[in-house]
Amino acid sequence: MKKRIGLPALALSWIFAASCLAASEPAAGKTSSHLLTMSPVDLVIIVLYFLVVLGIGFYLKKYTHTGEEFFMAGRKMTAWIAGLSFISANLSSLETMGWSAMSYQYGMLGAHAYLIGAIPAILVLAVVMMPFYYICKTHSVPGYLKLRYGEASRSLAGISFSIMTVLVCGVNMFAMAKVMQLILGWNIHFSIWVSSITVAVYVALGGLLSAVFNEVLQFFLIWLGTLLIPILGIIEAGGWNQMIATINAAHPGQNFTSLWANLGSPADNPMGLHWTGQVFGLGLAISFGYWCTDFLQVQRVMAAKSLRSAQNGTVIGAVLKMMVPLIVTVPGLLGLAVLTQKSGITLVPEHVAQTTGGHSYNEVLPLMMSRYLGPGLLGLGITAMIAGFMSGMAGNVSAFATVWTYDVYRPLIHKRASDAHYVSMGRWSSIIGVFIAIGTAYAAMLFSNILIYLQVLVGFFIVPLFGVVILGMLWKRTSPAAGFWGFLTGIVSSVSMWIYIHFMPHGFDPVQLNPDHVKRLAFTPLAKDMAVNMYSAFWSLMITCIVTVAVSVLTRPKPDAELKDLVFGLTRLPDEGPCPWYRNPSIWALVVLAGLIAVNVIFW
Amino acid sequence: MEKSHQLPIWLFIGALLAVYGVIILVTGIVNWVNPPANPMAMSQLHPDVWWGLLITVIGLIYCVKYWPWKKSRPE
Repeated sequence: MKKRIGLPALALSWIFAASCLAASEPAAGKTSSHLLTMSPVDLVIIVLYFLVVLGIGFYLKKYTHTGEEFFMAGRKMTAWIAGLSFISANLSSLETMGWSAMSYQYGMLGAHAYLIGAIPAILVLAVVMMPFYYICKTHSVPGYLKLRYGEASRSLAGISFSIMTVLVCGVNMFAMAKVMQLILGWNIHFSIWVSSITVAVYVALGGLLSAVFNEVLQFFLIWLGTLLIPILGIIEAGGWNQMIATINAAHPGQNFTSLWANLGSPADNPMGLHWTGQVFGLGLAISFGYWCTDFLQVQRVMAAKSLRSAQNGTVIGAVLKMMVPLIVTVPGLLGLAVLTQKSGITLVPEHVAQTTGGHSYNEVLPLMMSRYLGPGLLGLGITAMIAGFMSGMAGNVSAFATVWTYDVYRPLIHKRASDAHYVSMGRWSSIIGVFIAIGTAYAAMLFSNILIYLQVLVGFFIVPLFGVVILGMLWKRTSPAAGFWGFLTGIVSSVSMWIYIHFMPHGFDPVQLNPDHVKRLAFTPLAKDMAVNMYSAFWSLMITCIVTVAVSVLTRPKPDAELKDLVFGLTRLPDEGPCPWYRNPSIWALVVLAGLIAVNVIFW
Repeated sequence: MEKSHQLPIWLFIGALLAVYGVIILVTGIVNWVNPPANPMAMSQLHPDVWWGLLITVIGLIYCVKYWPWKKSRPE
């Protein structure tokens, strides 16, 4: 009893100390340049959020004793909880701020990340791939590789994924600290340590169950804290049509309000992108890699209580994902119509803002917040941002703990320990993973563009992983050796392409692009970083698939008996009882696909 | 080991939203009665009052629907 009272008291004292320090930061630091000033009401809202998040972690600890409970949340999530968590883990503030900035800079092209860059892949995960993940009862995507290809492939995936998750987690921490410094004047070290220790505590206590609970809560906060901006913005702009007319009138000869009309030639859009890069690079390689094989995402729906819940949860995630442009793309467009036209504020690239002291593209969302959100609402908006960053961090930490424990520690370091030992390792690896991520957060300060850095990481590890997983699921001839060599070749080719495009006549430069090399890879020297990454991802996927098929033809496949429940044609779906049409994931997937097509046609 | 009944996530969400809603609603009413010297854009619509009210209602609906002590709920 004494212990149960002590833990919440510890949380309260932690929050109290943190809030006092946060409140004192604006006064103590050099804060003359920060965008927003909070009132005491806003601070109360933020402190309440931290209290509830930690409270959930302490409350759920008693429900996570076994490995299945800690790492897979007991596999008892409903479709709605799985779907909300699936999307919330992806909806980090790095993404909302980054894509709002992208919309201000490039217009509606930024919305592709939520349409063709996500929805087809999520639907394929729901209808095609989820049965294999779910029926084989693996704990992770590397765990599927172990069953399908063997230990070597699993180890390669486990180690590379562990490295990637702590790097991405660190980047999230750094981004949050940077944003809080920019908009509130908070000390950067304060933000990193408070957010990371809070995430470490609640994930270490409640594992995936705690992460999922908090992600669902964070989903509500992100939407309620941000949705008011597009609503008030559109009213102020005079309605949707007036907003579009204002943008077009202010930018003659440029097309900010089309999804596809300006992708006919790289010269027609500021990204330097041809539609082939959008479709095959983003829509196929990056999107399918991220949504179908990144364990951070897949883990959420694998924890559902039944295969049908897992599939429906994934489809729900697709619907929610398609709605995100409302709170991301629209504020970016409103920045063009309202900020620039009514307030005379023109946003500029980051390097220009640093030299001139103006506002950068990245500040469009905080600027819109400062325009519309008064005391109380501002606290909710800031809480939404913090929640967004923390859900991204927690997603990475919980996925890291699972993959490290089950796919690295258990097979390579300590094979025959008790379930309790592995749960303990999961708790400790959550904490240690966060501390390693803190180190990478400080390392991330060395990089100038962290969004590009994240996309490069996905290209290095996740795109090749998708190639071997999808071939393994759909073609029983794919051999264990092919899985390993295809995956390894994909990683090596991705890294090689990245070095190649940054190799200048005077030597390697991780910031500059070599136009000659870019032209060979992306067919045009006009392609910018993001466009080049799309083509690199596509080539990496092609190389992975070609090598995997070639090695499969030359080596011995596994016998059918060992591929049961792992490969198309050898997997029998479980009988989950009668399924009325309104619970059929395939029907809903078709409805969502029709919605996706309609949105693309409307905003062509 | 026998475990106690786990509270649903929706109850946590409802409780937090209800508290947030009341805080924002009260702040909005205060600002309506005593308008600040430098009002926000579109403050004439009193978004804090309406948004606070909406969040309060959403929070209360979740609290009532998932209140654990009103009846025993099947697992």
